[in-house]
Amino acid sequence: MGNFQERFYLNFIKDDRWMYMWDGLKITLEVTLFATLLGIVLGFLVAIIRSTYDRTGKMKIMNALCQIYLTVIRGTPAVVQLLIMYFVIFGSVKGVSKILVAVLAFGINSGAYVAEICRAGIMSIDIGQMEAGRSIGFSYTQTMWYIILPQAFKNVLPALGNEFIVLLKETSISGYIALQDLTKGGDIIRSRTYDAFMPLIGVAFVYLVLVLGFTKLVSMLERRLNQSER
Amino acid sequence: MSGNILIRAENVRKSFSGKEVLKGIDLEIRKGEVVVIIGPSGSGKSTFLRCLNLLEVPTGGHIYFKDVDITDKNVDIDLHRQKMGMVFQHFNLFPHMDILRNMTIGPEKLLKQTAEEAEKYAMELLERVGLADRAHAYPSQLSGGQKQRIAIVRALCMRPEVMLFDEPTSALDPEMVGEVLQVMRDLARERMTMVVVTHEMGFAREVADRVVFLDEGILMEQNAPEEFFGNPCNERLKSFLGKVL
Repeated sequence: MGNFQERFYLNFIKDDRWMYMWDGLKITLEVTLFATLLGIVLGFLVAIIRSTYDRTGKMKIMNALCQIYLTVIRGTPAVVQLLIMYFVIFGSVKGVSKILVAVLAFGINSGAYVAEICRAGIMSIDIGQMEAGRSIGFSYTQTMWYIILPQAFKNVLPALGNEFIVLLKETSISGYIALQDLTKGGDIIRSRTYDAFMPLIGVAFVYLVLVLGFTKLVSMLERRLNQSER
Repeated sequence: MSGNILIRAENVRKSFSGKEVLKGIDLEIRKGEVVVIIGPSGSGKSTFLRCLNLLEVPTGGHIYFKDVDITDKNVDIDLHRQKMGMVFQHFNLFPHMDILRNMTIGPEKLLKQTAEEAEKYAMELLERVGLADRAHAYPSQLSGGQKQRIAIVRALCMRPEVMLFDEPTSALDPEMVGEVLQVMRDLARERMTMVVVTHEMGFAREVADRVVFLDEGILMEQNAPEEFFGNPCNERLKSFLGKVL
């Protein structure tokens, strides 16, 4: 199978094959970014509803709906959810954007995990903080917004960062709906060159670099948030 | 306002999962009066205080604040709480804000003061309690006594008409109790209406206009401090005072 240099040339340089991975990377990042945003918004809402119910007993019906959402999403594999989103929910929609389908599927999936992370964060804040806010005259919502959530966010930042990493790697199943993400890009190269090692190791390497870079980013942000309190 | 009664509690009852903690308490607090509530632990005195600004919602009875029944569900309690400052046993400062922000966020967001107005008044108050130099410190950098003094002036920033104190010195190291009581003494001298739940009998005797004894959810006795401590009538109060004095 020749030496390393030759194989590198064959898999990545010849016929501009690196472009498969490059284009795939862009799609992977796009899907991850928008799915994360969707997941955070969804998760955030669900967490607020659930912790409001836990603390005050209000929003009973909303809480029940959230429970169902969490149970279904966390109880089924992401790849099945992706397939259902594409072939069932959007099955009759001609020419639907696969990126949109992936963003929705991964965003809704991630939202369930973000919700539990955020809820734990909110519940970790001492009840005295809520009482102090309310005693000043803030409403429940204002106290949440000005006092509870900023503290909760700081507490859950590491877990949220971790969830982002999980999501980034999870998008590698996008190939199931023939979306050409990074993993699929590597796969196409493999099908052209009949070499498994180079494209797969290459793909793995790119994921690893992304994750390391992002981990660094999160820890920098964490340090900055902590500085404000010391 | 009927006479000068600021708060009127009428047959206030509170149960926690079937257990009745307050068994119908009546109490009137006049403007400018300092009322100290004492009693053994579990007597319901903290619960009663927390009922006054509805942090605990009474299961029965009424609380009138300036003749408005705040236990009425149609009353905007947030508006009334702005006028009722509260100080907690565990300070409950906001750890993610510096001291000044702790004090100005309420006036800015609720009273719609400008940042300058709010900060000016906050600095005045900090000056008065001798903590002006800590305006930009964070709560974690302060001692317990300092935290509690900040908690008091944070409540004062809202220009309340009454201050509720829920065991303000119970979580403090003994050497820090004095500085907090001094701030409260000054406040009483300025004729701030105060309701204080405490175990500090010296403070009650010296500062209170009226002392109230609660036991097992019942208001057993209330009197001016000289009579209250010098000539207690209720048997339970006698034995309680015998133990704590």
